[in-house]
Amino acid sequence: MLPKQEVVAMLLAGGQGSRLGVLTKKLAKPAVPYGGKYRIIDFPLSNCVNSGIETVGVLTQYQPLILNDYIGSGQPWDLDRLNAGVHVLPPYQHIDGSDWYKGTANAIFQNINFIERYNPDYVIILSGDHIYKMDYSKMVAFHKKNDAACTIAQIEVPMEEAFRFGILNTYPNGSIYEFDEKPKKPKSNKASMGIYVFSWYKLRKYLTEDEANPASDNDFGSNILPAMLNAGEKMMAYPFSGYWKDVGTIDSLWESNMDLLNPNIPLDLSDETWKIYSRNPTLPPHYISLSAHVQNTLIAEGCNIYGKLDSSVIFKDVIVGKNAIVRDSIIMPGARIEENAVVQYAIIGEHAVVQKHAVIGKRPEEMVNMEQWGITVIGGNYIVRSGKVVPPKSMLDADDQKEV
Amino acid sequence: MRGKHVIGILFSNVHDEQIPQLTEKRTIASVPFGGRYRMIDFPLSNMVNSGINKVGVITKSNFQSLMDHLGSGKAWDLSRKREGLFLLPPFGDYIQASNSRVEALASIMRFLASSQQDLVLLSDCDVICNIPYQEVIESHIRNQADITAIYTHGIIPEHMNKPTVYSFEADGKLCDMLIHPNITGPCNYGLNMYLIKRTLLIQLIEDCVSRNMYNFKRDLIQRNMLQYRFYGYKFNGYAKIIGSTKDYFAANQDLLNPEIKSQLFLPDRPIYTKVRDDMPARYGLGSDVNQSLIADGCVIDGTVQNCILFRGVKISKGAVLKNCVIMQDTNIGVNCNLEHVITDKDVTIQDNHTFIGSDTYPVFISKGSAI
Repeated sequence: MLPKQEVVAMLLAGGQGSRLGVLTKKLAKPAVPYGGKYRIIDFPLSNCVNSGIETVGVLTQYQPLILNDYIGSGQPWDLDRLNAGVHVLPPYQHIDGSDWYKGTANAIFQNINFIERYNPDYVIILSGDHIYKMDYSKMVAFHKKNDAACTIAQIEVPMEEAFRFGILNTYPNGSIYEFDEKPKKPKSNKASMGIYVFSWYKLRKYLTEDEANPASDNDFGSNILPAMLNAGEKMMAYPFSGYWKDVGTIDSLWESNMDLLNPNIPLDLSDETWKIYSRNPTLPPHYISLSAHVQNTLIAEGCNIYGKLDSSVIFKDVIVGKNAIVRDSIIMPGARIEENAVVQYAIIGEHAVVQKHAVIGKRPEEMVNMEQWGITVIGGNYIVRSGKVVPPKSMLDADDQKEV
Repeated sequence: MRGKHVIGILFSNVHDEQIPQLTEKRTIASVPFGGRYRMIDFPLSNMVNSGINKVGVITKSNFQSLMDHLGSGKAWDLSRKREGLFLLPPFGDYIQASNSRVEALASIMRFLASSQQDLVLLSDCDVICNIPYQEVIESHIRNQADITAIYTHGIIPEHMNKPTVYSFEADGKLCDMLIHPNITGPCNYGLNMYLIKRTLLIQLIEDCVSRNMYNFKRDLIQRNMLQYRFYGYKFNGYAKIIGSTKDYFAANQDLLNPEIKSQLFLPDRPIYTKVRDDMPARYGLGSDVNQSLIADGCVIDGTVQNCILFRGVKISKGAVLKNCVIMQDTNIGVNCNLEHVITDKDVTIQDNHTFIGSDTYPVFISKGSAI
């Protein structure tokens, strides 16, 4: 019997993130690089340790290799603990056969044994899709104070975008009376953040009932939460304010990276009291040469910069050659931008190469037809040949590239 | 793996007096270097990269910062069930009076005697280099040597403390060894690193102690040099001895030469260090940086030329820094003007200050100063 943990976090990290296209072809969405040195999963994991939650189950399914490797023993997040820590939980075989995780609720159902080992009072369900800093312990305290069965974190979004979210309609006391999933005419702009705190004995009951219902999709949003609401359980909305951004699309991933360059956006990764931990590279500080020119940019360690950088996020171990120009772009680890190449409004994948004089993407102001404009994505390991011009909004995949 | 037969021993305090300002509150081993490292990271990583998985670090005084840096040895992969990192502070009857390596070794006799490895690699922490020790080990075994001294060829650095000069027979066997000779031309001078048979080392230490002889180079090595199979290993790569504050400054500046930098930071022989989880460096609008080495966590809004910035340094708008070494968490205020300055950790320089040193005499601002 392991020592009791009051709160166990379960992180749903099995999603493919298909809207990120070539970026998630070989890795799960939570492992997508972000912000110069992080991966998306660093945010929920760091939030957990900073909130004092020391037991985290990470549910993996889609392309888990890089994610598993990245999490490892959990040491970078201080989650390599004797009786707690981070555990990677893939689907497994059991006596009646084996099942993939059929839905988010089924993934938790299949790991009831893992949760029960810690005899928790509360379980917090997280996802690996968002960039935000949040003290989960405050949310758990709110849940306890209200004696709720379920508490859902809620954030105010711009009214004109509310139709893209799951809207929580609440009474003045904060208790939820209706879920409005992507409503055409939203009644409010208070959206669910996909972060749930459950009293464990309640959740276990509803998971078991849901599993027994063959018609169910075994999904939290469409099955578990409505079932609890219909049964009259006390469900509370926990108001959160601060930076919170979904990074599930190319545009939102790009925007969220660019947000780090904007001093007016409240996402401070240098805050000593709420650090975001990550696996650190073993590389020297980055080198800025005499010919380099750097403005409004983030640069990680191990880079060698000889060219011009403006409003960009440069990950570790990147080389930018002489007279190359990188503007409004994200350059992922190990990529090489050779001399005189131009990269604008683009995401360059890990270890991709942009050879000399190649031109990637365009500035929106240069476009005649804005319909054709968008962020250009060069997949990991892709080689853009010398002098080639890659139009905006393209997405190039190294697997489609024939050997030359 | 050759390295499995070798124990590494690092002397963390020898040469402290060479850079007195930087070692006021720490050992030479824990002096910050190159934007994110400490001096000890170089010999320690070199050992680990050569397969050596048992390293003892001998400390005498001022070693709090060193212990803080090394921790369990995890960052060098030396937090191990079998072998690993051993901190060896002063112990028992041997309260070391001086910085004698012989006394220090005598005090760790039990550690040496209880080890199983055949060879001991002894090194100081005053040399910045990336040296493949496995080649030294291979050469030692090939020569059936008792002792192998690691040396390099060139003009002895001006401030080197008691340099050792070797001459060798055609077959590589040592024929002479001079300590602190008056030689101005190029010669073979030692890098204060020796590979020696463990049983022989124990025997030589006991012999020295019994005769009340405590000078490592003179009494333990030079006195015995012709009685044993004594060979040299020539290291041809970049090796910078830190014999003075000027050398320290110059070695940091050397990292701005991509050719030298590539000799120190090799993808297959990385230099490990303690991690800090800083965010990537942030360059503001209007920043102007060139020919510099910048670590994670820096926030730069001013002008930086020919500088080494350690982790978490903040350079405010209008500040101009030229030829500086700025250690971790230093804050430089608005419109400051710094040239040839070394700031130690946690220094705060408020707005509108000017400090100008010269390349032969950099201005040093000590740890935690607020100006």
